[in-house]
Amino acid sequence: MKKSYKIDVDCANCANKMEQAACGTPGVKNATVNYMALKMTVEFQDGEDASAVMKQVLKNCKRVESDCEIFL
Amino acid sequence: MNKKQKDTLRRILISAAILICLQLISVQRFSGLDAWLFPGAGRWIRLALYLINYYIIGWSTLKKAFKGIRNRQVFDENFLMAVATLGALALAIYENGDYAEAIAVMLFYQIGEWFESYAVGKSRRNISQLMDIRPDYANIEQDGKLIRVDPDEIEPGSIIVVQPGEKVPIDGAVTEGSSALNTSALTGESLPREVGAGDEIISGCINMSGLLKVRTTKKFEESTVSKILELVENAGERKSRQEDFISKFARVYTPAVCFSALALAILPPLVRLIFMGLAPMWGVWIYRALTFLVISCPCALVISIPLSFFAGIGGASRAGILIKGSNFLETLSKTDCVVFDKTGTLTQGVFEVEGVHHSIMEDKKLLEYAALAESASSHPISRSLQKAHGKEPDRSRVKDIQEISGAGVLATVDGRQVAAGNDKLMKRLGVEYRDCHSVGTIIHMAIDGQYAGHILISDVVKAHAKAAISALKKAGVEKTVMLTGDIKAVAEHVASKLGIDRVYSQLLPGDKVQKMEELLKEEKKEGKLAFVGDGINDAPVLARADIGIAMGALGSDAAIEAADVVLMDDDPLKIAKAIKISRKCLGIVYENIVFAIGIKLICLVLGALGIANMWLAVFADVGVMVLAVLNAMRCLFVYKL
Repeated sequence: MKKSYKIDVDCANCANKMEQAACGTPGVKNATVNYMALKMTVEFQDGEDASAVMKQVLKNCKRVESDCEIFL
Repeated sequence: MNKKQKDTLRRILISAAILICLQLISVQRFSGLDAWLFPGAGRWIRLALYLINYYIIGWSTLKKAFKGIRNRQVFDENFLMAVATLGALALAIYENGDYAEAIAVMLFYQIGEWFESYAVGKSRRNISQLMDIRPDYANIEQDGKLIRVDPDEIEPGSIIVVQPGEKVPIDGAVTEGSSALNTSALTGESLPREVGAGDEIISGCINMSGLLKVRTTKKFEESTVSKILELVENAGERKSRQEDFISKFARVYTPAVCFSALALAILPPLVRLIFMGLAPMWGVWIYRALTFLVISCPCALVISIPLSFFAGIGGASRAGILIKGSNFLETLSKTDCVVFDKTGTLTQGVFEVEGVHHSIMEDKKLLEYAALAESASSHPISRSLQKAHGKEPDRSRVKDIQEISGAGVLATVDGRQVAAGNDKLMKRLGVEYRDCHSVGTIIHMAIDGQYAGHILISDVVKAHAKAAISALKKAGVEKTVMLTGDIKAVAEHVASKLGIDRVYSQLLPGDKVQKMEELLKEEKKEGKLAFVGDGINDAPVLARADIGIAMGALGSDAAIEAADVVLMDDDPLKIAKAIKISRKCLGIVYENIVFAIGIKLICLVLGALGIANMWLAVFADVGVMVLAVLNAMRCLFVYKL
């Protein structure tokens, strides 16, 4: 399952960090951040609850870049 | 500018003004205060004023740096900037020297951040304006009044009304009215298209003159406009090798520079002290290490590369060329061989009767017999006969139609035995036929067992086909190949007319994939092979090629799915244009990579040697970023290519 979310982040490197943080979250199969379109596309592992996983993704992203936002 | 940007700008201006004022007051003037107050007062007051200014410009960075430490993100650029400037401040306090440097570094850093955010926001808006084809509403008529509804709610088969000046929200067919449509947002073509009742129209066009009533044929989410927007929005997700390289580089670069800074601060003084017996000069080496930290931010690179690709894809879509991802832009730039599927790309795929030869009766009469005999078939050839005949065939005049696969048809027209087909059919009937010296598809006719002449049918070559091939050659494509199911004579005739290097004819759809495999094997290691098709039944070949280009794809979902690059109209000149755009964009990408990494490395070396001070370091950081962003924006300008 794939879903995309709007995000807000200020710098390109921060977007890369968010991407890495999202990829490292359990339940996420793959994640890409499109800095120019301010969009994050997350592919979930089978049987995972998207909203629960996304909460964790947001938490992990906030840790690497305090100034970011994912609009869930 | 958004609120955050305005806020930052205000702080930059205030801080810069204070800095200039403070710089105008000399250290001696401050020392003069000692006599008034207490010894050393001037020094402390000066420090306090500078610190206040530092706080104004730097507090946001300090705050973020602090948060970074708490989250164990040491190589956060805020943290690095904070360490560098606080270090410089500490050295300046120690020496009662130049506080301006630390503040200026912070100031320039903020200017850089502000510029980055402003430039990116601006280009984001520019590009989304280019793609401003999303219709906000659709009009439907209810009780004689027009009401606006969300296009998502319209079911296929509904009647919608498109007024002049409005966008066509959903694909459909015109039922009433006539107008001119502006398709430039979709195809880059500036000439308006005339439409009337019965014509298919696609969403995203702008209705220019008359009121149109349209019966929708698709749902909004399946309409052209939705497909295109989805495609463009998702383009950034497929990253090119350059982008991957940069994000990997950034991950290594910052820690590497930080550790070298640490080594630079500690090792040389120790070596001087222990092995050379000289004074350690801690201050000098710490300053040089702090200079390193200022250069350690990889922002110029990390922003300019995706921005170049984004701008390139945006610029291309304005020209009617949709590229599905940065990786395809990269592949396209390496294309040295272009393979065409003849029909629909180089030729219009519309067959036309070119002439009637050796007819024993009036040409028109012969055409009429042919059209009637073929009236049951929906083959393109028979359609071209119907078209040339110009009238709806009177089916009652035709009897006993017998189709002979791969040869032609036999039928009874007005009681006469008519045979229409190729040479095989004539041989089978034992009719002596005359070959045609022109190239094309030949329909021999025999009436009552007697040869009655033949009709020459050929596919029409597109107006720009020849120019397109030479434009490709000029753009650096080494080899052009044409694949076709057509007979050899026709294929070779078209190829030599257009200047195509190699032709493979009489291919069945399956053979095309096989030929593609062979051509791919022949490719040089670095070169890439592009396949251009019209998206109708060549999806497997499109998918097999290094890069698949579908043209004239408006309204064909299969083509948009299968291809990597979609040309919105069917002008073959766009292929060369797409390649040129990709080359320009990749050129800029490499310029930026070399330029940004080069300047940073030079500044690192100069900084280690003590030649570059922090001012130069901050140029290496911010100046390079600004220049790289401006350079990246050049990718947007593709009109003159």
